[in-house]
Amino acid sequence: MSADQPVLADSESPPRWEYQESRENPSLAAVRDRYGLWIDGGEVEPLSQKWFPSIEPATEDHLAMVAEAGSSDVDRAVRSARDAAGDWATRPAGDRAKFLFRIARLIQERSRELAVLDTRDGGKPIREARDIDLPLVAAHFFYHAGWADKLDYAFAGVNPQPLGVVGQVIPWNFPLLMAAWKVAPALATGNTVVLKPAETTPLSALRLAEIAADAGLPPGVLNVIPGAGRTGADLVSHRGVDKVAFTGSTEVGKQIRRRLAGTGKPLTLELGGKGAHVVFEDAPMDQAVEGVVNGIFFNQGQVCCAGSRLLVQESVAADFVQRLRRRLLTLRVGDPLDKNTDVGAINSAAQLEKITGLVEAGRSEGAQIYQPPCQLPDRGYWFPPTLFTEVSQSHRIAQEEIFGPVLSILTFRTPTEAVERANNTPYGLASGVWTAKGSRILWMADQLASGVVWANTYNQFDPASPFGGVKESGFGREGGRHGLAAYLKGMG
Amino acid sequence: MEGRLGVRKTYKLFIDGRFPRSESGRTFRYASRDGVVTVQLSEASRKDLRMAVRAARRAYPGWRARSGYNRGQILYRIAEMVEDRAETFIGQLALQATIGSARREVSEAIDLLIWYAGWCDKYQQVIGNMNPVAGPYFNISTPEPMGVVGVVAPGQPALLGLVGALAPVMVSGNAAVLLASSSQAIAAVTFAEAVATADVPPGVVNILTGSSAELAPWMAGHMDINALDLSGVPPESSPTLEEAASHNLKRIGRWDASDRNLNRIAAFTEIKTVWHPKGR
Amino acid sequence: MRSVGPTDEVMVEQRVATLSTRSIKGESKKWALRAAVTMTDLTTLEGMDTVGKVRQLSHKAIRPDPTDPSIPSVAAVCVYPNLVGVVSEVLRGSTVRVAAVSTYFPSGQAPLDMKVSETRRVVADGADEVDMVIDRGAFLSGDYRKVVDEIEAVREAAGDACLKVILETGELGSYDNVRKASMLAMAAGADFIKTSTGKVQPAATLAVTLVMLEAIRDFRAMTGRAVGMKPAGGISTAKQAIKWLVVLNETLGSDWMTPDRFRFGASSLLNDLLMQIKWLNTGRYQSADYFTKA
Repeated sequence: MSADQPVLADSESPPRWEYQESRENPSLAAVRDRYGLWIDGGEVEPLSQKWFPSIEPATEDHLAMVAEAGSSDVDRAVRSARDAAGDWATRPAGDRAKFLFRIARLIQERSRELAVLDTRDGGKPIREARDIDLPLVAAHFFYHAGWADKLDYAFAGVNPQPLGVVGQVIPWNFPLLMAAWKVAPALATGNTVVLKPAETTPLSALRLAEIAADAGLPPGVLNVIPGAGRTGADLVSHRGVDKVAFTGSTEVGKQIRRRLAGTGKPLTLELGGKGAHVVFEDAPMDQAVEGVVNGIFFNQGQVCCAGSRLLVQESVAADFVQRLRRRLLTLRVGDPLDKNTDVGAINSAAQLEKITGLVEAGRSEGAQIYQPPCQLPDRGYWFPPTLFTEVSQSHRIAQEEIFGPVLSILTFRTPTEAVERANNTPYGLASGVWTAKGSRILWMADQLASGVVWANTYNQFDPASPFGGVKESGFGREGGRHGLAAYLKGMG
Repeated sequence: MEGRLGVRKTYKLFIDGRFPRSESGRTFRYASRDGVVTVQLSEASRKDLRMAVRAARRAYPGWRARSGYNRGQILYRIAEMVEDRAETFIGQLALQATIGSARREVSEAIDLLIWYAGWCDKYQQVIGNMNPVAGPYFNISTPEPMGVVGVVAPGQPALLGLVGALAPVMVSGNAAVLLASSSQAIAAVTFAEAVATADVPPGVVNILTGSSAELAPWMAGHMDINALDLSGVPPESSPTLEEAASHNLKRIGRWDASDRNLNRIAAFTEIKTVWHPKGR
Repeated sequence: MRSVGPTDEVMVEQRVATLSTRSIKGESKKWALRAAVTMTDLTTLEGMDTVGKVRQLSHKAIRPDPTDPSIPSVAAVCVYPNLVGVVSEVLRGSTVRVAAVSTYFPSGQAPLDMKVSETRRVVADGADEVDMVIDRGAFLSGDYRKVVDEIEAVREAAGDACLKVILETGELGSYDNVRKASMLAMAAGADFIKTSTGKVQPAATLAVTLVMLEAIRDFRAMTGRAVGMKPAGGISTAKQAIKWLVVLNETLGSDWMTPDRFRFGASSLLNDLLMQIKWLNTGRYQSADYFTKA
């Protein structure tokens, strides 16, 4: 019988079990050559006559040419939203709920297609698009659908009213999910929307507009106008816009704040972060490792609430870093459409350049770098999972948002010192705490200056749970009852 | 007592629980409508503002850490101290108004303080939520104070505008630096004396008399101030101040002097959401 | 004793849920199915077991698929003490090892001297491997000394036989306890730690397996000794087995992808593996009628 034994019986030299590529079919998300703007319930040619390419970051291939909204296009979109606003706001709230329920269902039905679309357009692993982004997108529409006719219960005694036309600008890291975070509460509260998706990932937002039309959403209630920074600037400063919601960099957020100074226009900003994981010596270590890995490598670290700093108690620092390094060896970096990929492509050449620059700064400032051996594809934008040890609080990589798969590791001695270091940043979006001690968790949760505290977990999202930052990570909340306030008169 | 020569009060700033003169040595002259009463008040400089912010920042963690119950009692204590000085306030307010309206305003200010005092251990329950997330997590959202809040109080009504702006900021545990307009300066100083005797920890409330127009831009640009109540700022100054405030993304609120509502408390809080798994 | 640190149930389960999404296709799948066959402890532990039944099972173990000689033998046949002699006789000359449950399996509710003598007896009757149970009562009442003493005594009685220590994780109540019991068992001399008797629900779960694999990894780091892992009970499909191999592969790596360090305690798993192998080889979906039932 021994001749029949497979080679692995020879325990001295067992073969490594490699996972054969298991590639999701890219043609599940049909992409046309050209996409116009979505205004007043249909696709239109841009008055700007301008088009830009959307590129697949994993291959650098052109996916499609997309219309770029110029100022007259923005104007047209805002007017369309304005024309629709009255009917939409005065329509029975139960109808608004039903439209959102319909959209949620259609998203569920088409979630495989939409996941593939976001993966191709944005570079994120299909596993994340499929298992995290898309379920949350549908959940956001479901959750907010139910609120549409219950706003009187959300804010008792104030007769909440919509603001009117909402201008929304979203980033490229979660293309469809960010659209859902913005659009669902705005529509549920009776506003109409002009949405500008990110320049590098416009396709899924346009498809959302199609889905909304399929759901019977009246023309003008949701308009989608792709473009770059210029388009966004035109939108947020348009006089016909009653409220601005922006997710993106702190730098642009501040520009918008300045632009709106004195206008009295309600504004919510969801901006950058430099989230800290605080790992105590009594933490559930392996789960903390998973949390830290998930915190910084989820979506290639291109997450505003990424846990990009690790503060680990000195007594366990060496052991913890060892565990992290070992864990990094099993991260699978590569083709985002491969169902087994953990870390996909960086969203754009520009983002890759930024990450590379900051990592170089980390090296030259004397931090120790560790990157697991991994074969990166020849084409496309890639950056390997990266750990920096011997990082000081004053290093740029400990201060600046890298928005990439790069973790800076620092140590601390006492809980008070951990809090001091964690809070020693202009940002305050999210932080993580890992300890088995209940009273310490609650103390830390009180002390950490951030809008979200994940204790013994990280990067959890739910439409019922408010998300947003303090300090320079922005203001306003998205999700939950609190998120509705941003879209109602006198509440935000 | 006929013919006794009175002892007059020196009106000073209120910083860190003490009553210093302006470091600049500047004062300004205040005269009543009929010109009978004249007073010299300290005119705060930007350096005084800086010192006040520093004191507020130092005081903030301790104030925030007090229980809501305790903060409520202290706000109630301020009301007691104002009530105790009611005649003084009435006299001071009557320099610009009728006795009747001055009397009404003082009563309203005291009642308003008590209204807010009662919120200290309740607003969290009204604004906060347990969130029913779709997973095995404990998930709670609760309001927390923002830090140091700069307040430009409405000048009129003098006392009510000041109390109406300051109290909601204090409720959640923020520390405040308040610019009192020259028209309300006398009442502001007396109010500071009430605060100083009401067990308010030093630095939690700082009151600067002087020129709001001069100091507000420094306040708006100060990187260690987290939020602004610009209720007392004229609309034409708003764009400049808001631009200056954008450098550290200060939260900005603005109300009518008569506004008394939960939103004024909520506006100077941040919602913090905490997640924890539920497991064995 | 930091090695017995806490675990977090939700995060453990989230981790295995993520690993369960691995998509194993083509050659990777073939390799895994074949590996799973070689890692199987083909098991029957019924009151109604007979000489006839375990003979059949033993033959099946040596040659799982009579129509395909390229299919390897399983790792072991696992039976009650009464049937060790029969199994040993059939398996003689094959690569398949004889495994016996011992220590008054499944409850373990017997005095230590009886557990020791039972163990001596099964080894004398030809058992290459002894699957013992820990005293869960002692463990749950905090008498860790007793748990360790028993394992050490049985370890000694088992001699050169491979000692697998069953934690009966379904009775331990928490992953913290699973990790603690894993560490105790390894420290007391276990060659393998095993999840379950198969008589208690839940038996082997992916999450409990992950916690035990992490304990094995940490024990190796502390002591240098590599301990094997045996999930048992409830793993009946090839699809499940592949998930277990993924968790193994990404926790302990290729060093553990061998029957020397990983076993499935299972009965009906084997035929499902064979059906899947046949389907991959022929491109035709299979019928149970074409696979021998032992």
